[in-house]
Amino acid sequence: MNCAEAEILIHALIDGELDAGHAREVEAHVASCAGCAGQFEAFHLMHAAMAGAALKDTAPASLHARIDAMLPPAAAGTAAAAGAGAPRSWRRPSRRSFFGGFAAGAVLSGALAASVALVVFNGDREGTIANEVVSAHIRSLQAGHLIDVESSDQHTVKPWFDGKVDVAPPVIDLTAQGFTLIGGRLDYIDGEPVAAVVYRRRKHVINLFVARRLGTEHAAAAARTVQGYNVRHWSAQGLDFWAVSDLDAQELDEFVQKISAAVPAVSRS
Amino acid sequence: MLDRSNAPSRIPAGARRGAGEAGAAAAMTGRDPMADDADTDQHERARRFREAALPCLDDAFTLARYLLRNAADAEDAVQECYLRALRHFDSYRGPAMKPWLLAILRNVCNAELVRRSRREGAIGGDGDDDETSAATPIWQEPAASPESDLLRRQDDATIRRLVAALPQPFRETIVLREINGLSYNEIAQVAGVPVGTVMSRLARARLMLRSAWNVAEGSTP
Repeated sequence: MNCAEAEILIHALIDGELDAGHAREVEAHVASCAGCAGQFEAFHLMHAAMAGAALKDTAPASLHARIDAMLPPAAAGTAAAAGAGAPRSWRRPSRRSFFGGFAAGAVLSGALAASVALVVFNGDREGTIANEVVSAHIRSLQAGHLIDVESSDQHTVKPWFDGKVDVAPPVIDLTAQGFTLIGGRLDYIDGEPVAAVVYRRRKHVINLFVARRLGTEHAAAAARTVQGYNVRHWSAQGLDFWAVSDLDAQELDEFVQKISAAVPAVSRS
Repeated sequence: MLDRSNAPSRIPAGARRGAGEAGAAAAMTGRDPMADDADTDQHERARRFREAALPCLDDAFTLARYLLRNAADAEDAVQECYLRALRHFDSYRGPAMKPWLLAILRNVCNAELVRRSRREGAIGGDGDDDETSAATPIWQEPAASPESDLLRRQDDATIRRLVAALPQPFRETIVLREINGLSYNEIAQVAGVPVGTVMSRLARARLMLRSAWNVAEGSTP
């Protein structure tokens, strides 16, 4: 990695947008380059200072009231439907544009940006779903959200999903192998209901999301890290599986192996 | 979506998390037992919209205010954004509500900026952005990589002023990242550019901000 690449990638490192492998590369460069180390430290401080500062506004009560009045049912059939809900006209005449001649000179080398972008999660559907799966995992960890049906009995959890999702997710008791089944939950990914089967290993929660089609088909488990969580995605028996946890990669792989090994047997039964 | 066969029933006013002030409005209509099925669907849709969109209101207002640099215009823009969002809510398929909403908002704000710039020729003068006074030390071209000067302490008001003084599209990129908390992918979605562009803009924005930051006087009176 050279300094020109690092100049952009240190930001992705600060923002937690790099996978573990690329993060290590950038860190290695920063460790060996005093110039980039200084940049990294200053930008990191600035990022932290902004995170700690009150830079976000609170929508004023007047705005809440206006939007509330505009939305049905409060104003059903009147303002919103008639298009009279359009905001009062922009009040004052404008006298200056914000569009200066900035755009042209301001963008860093396009070719460089394009090349480094390849190492960040590209805007593919798989990445979008991975982000959603991790969001769902984080949401589930909030108090009272983890499980809808609490049971360590696979014969209780599995039937619970009947009629709630359009798949019969395999629910496998792996207690003997160190992964305790603790229950199931209905969740939504990509706007579709999916089954979430929840396991625990020591203090770590593993969410196993199962749906008919959720991303690109992978016969072998594809690994990635999103916001520090390990994510595995694979397909089997016409189903897509996403496992998410803060477990370390090795243990999550072990979990994936055990589930995969059990899945064909389960679906035949 | 409610089943058509369901009898019209009370909207579970306020019972949903995140409904907030939506509860009051829903309770009002819930009193009308004559509501027909179409209304029930409409109410259900409105309830879902409120539940999904209202939690983003502070983020939307914040972005609009940084983009338009004027609180009153920001309110107008957010209202217009919510109106459009409601209209297109049926086509919303996720993934996340916030970037979807902020993308709409950004279009509304850009339209306003274009409108302002058209007026500029007709009237001349210094614009609507009354939150960035002419006295603001406007952003400057960063000096070649400042290497050792770390960061001065700045108070919140100064940081806000410095961010507001950044030129577009760097301002929106840094606001979306640092203040709205979006990922690179989400910023790319909102701004309609590739992730690589987001990255180069963000690097550039931070460089500009940092150089202004280290020369800015505090704004404390």
